[in-house]
Amino acid sequence: MTDRLDAYFDGYVAVGAIVVAGLLLATAMLGVNRLMRPRAASVAKLTTYESGVDPVGQGWAQSTVRYYVFAFLYVIFAVDAVFLFPWAVVLDEIGRAAAVEMGVFVGILAIGLGYAWRKGVLSWT
Amino acid sequence: MSEVADVLVRCLVVVLAFLTLPLLVGQMEHKAMAHMQGRVGPMAAGGFHGWAQLVADGVKFVQKESITPVAADRRVFELAPAVALVPYLVAMLAIPLGPFFGHGVLIGHDLDLGLFFVLAAMSVGVLGTLMGGLGSGNKYSYIGGMRVAAQLMSYELPMVLAAASVAMLAGTLSLVGIADAFEPWWLLVQLPGLVVFFVAGLAELQRPPFDAPLADAELVMGPLTEYGGMRFAMFLLAEYAGIVVLAALTTVLFLGGWAGPWSDHLGWAWTLLKIAGVSFLVIWARVAYPRLREDQVNVLAWKVLVPLALAQVTLTTLVVVW
Repeated sequence: MTDRLDAYFDGYVAVGAIVVAGLLLATAMLGVNRLMRPRAASVAKLTTYESGVDPVGQGWAQSTVRYYVFAFLYVIFAVDAVFLFPWAVVLDEIGRAAAVEMGVFVGILAIGLGYAWRKGVLSWT
Repeated sequence: MSEVADVLVRCLVVVLAFLTLPLLVGQMEHKAMAHMQGRVGPMAAGGFHGWAQLVADGVKFVQKESITPVAADRRVFELAPAVALVPYLVAMLAIPLGPFFGHGVLIGHDLDLGLFFVLAAMSVGVLGTLMGGLGSGNKYSYIGGMRVAAQLMSYELPMVLAAASVAMLAGTLSLVGIADAFEPWWLLVQLPGLVVFFVAGLAELQRPPFDAPLADAELVMGPLTEYGGMRFAMFLLAEYAGIVVLAALTTVLFLGGWAGPWSDHLGWAWTLLKIAGVSFLVIWARVAYPRLREDQVNVLAWKVLVPLALAQVTLTTLVVVW
């Protein structure tokens, strides 16, 4: 069992290596830039861009998040999607029983989506 | 020792592919878009049809000043381009190019969970744009960032469902296994899934017609408004690397990967050819369709793509079980 686990994690050595390679690449890009770039500081340059006029108020403001409902829907369905992957791999072996069980699960979610649709939360007013 | 060398060489090849393929797609975009619009595009740099235009752009970007606005959340703002860029490199590790002159499959590393891994890496990439949007302290960036978040939430789901449908047919999550299991009739059965996956992928990359977060006419450049120089170049590279990853994933999942004549030897060339074809479609979509309005973006996802993807999963279940 430990041998199989070891073999499994050995596969992810390559993943670790490529993540390190990616960090090195990003560091190198910014490092070369640091060596080559001019420095001409001025206060005006560091102000927030607001189409040429002086910035009004702050960049972070309260705003209507019309799509918070989408966020709820997403969280619900994303859980479903995560379960779907392991199920997809064994579907052929287990057969109809697995299909029926997932059918019930997805069916309940589909009814939920249908309900949200009927309630009109999917369209903006 | 040889194992370590093997891993290092493979990583190096992946990095090289990561640095060249996006540039090729970028050059194709310059030229294809220009000709579709009755222009000729870059002609000067490098001499032959402006082939070195993006190299010249890179040389320019390297020499540009780095500016972080006072109002920005400094660390988030400066890290964002790297967060956008690195995940696509990581994703490329698990994508197979196919048999290479009879020497087995050309791939960074064949992970058991390849499909799951690549999808996960792709969604991390979007977080970079989100960080840029919320960290810039700029109103345009902030609105753009909110739109990125909404788009990510809406399109992640149909994309994952369409991908799961392929995993069900193939009975594996390894990308090599999926491409090996491919049979031509899948093209027909998986057609709705293919459309959903491609459209959702476009939206996830914020490519036109799904570029409401960037929307230059209303939001200047959305989350990227405050970026310039090298950091902006990294966001650009991430966008084109994203196109490559999306095209490669579409190819491997839905178009049979390296399936084609003499695939034992030239499989890698078939995969690259199909990737180029799908990338061309991505560019074509930018020229052909106007930008969707923000509410249309979300409505398309939840009222069209999600039901379509659920129908595809149901259809595939029936096909597999019977």
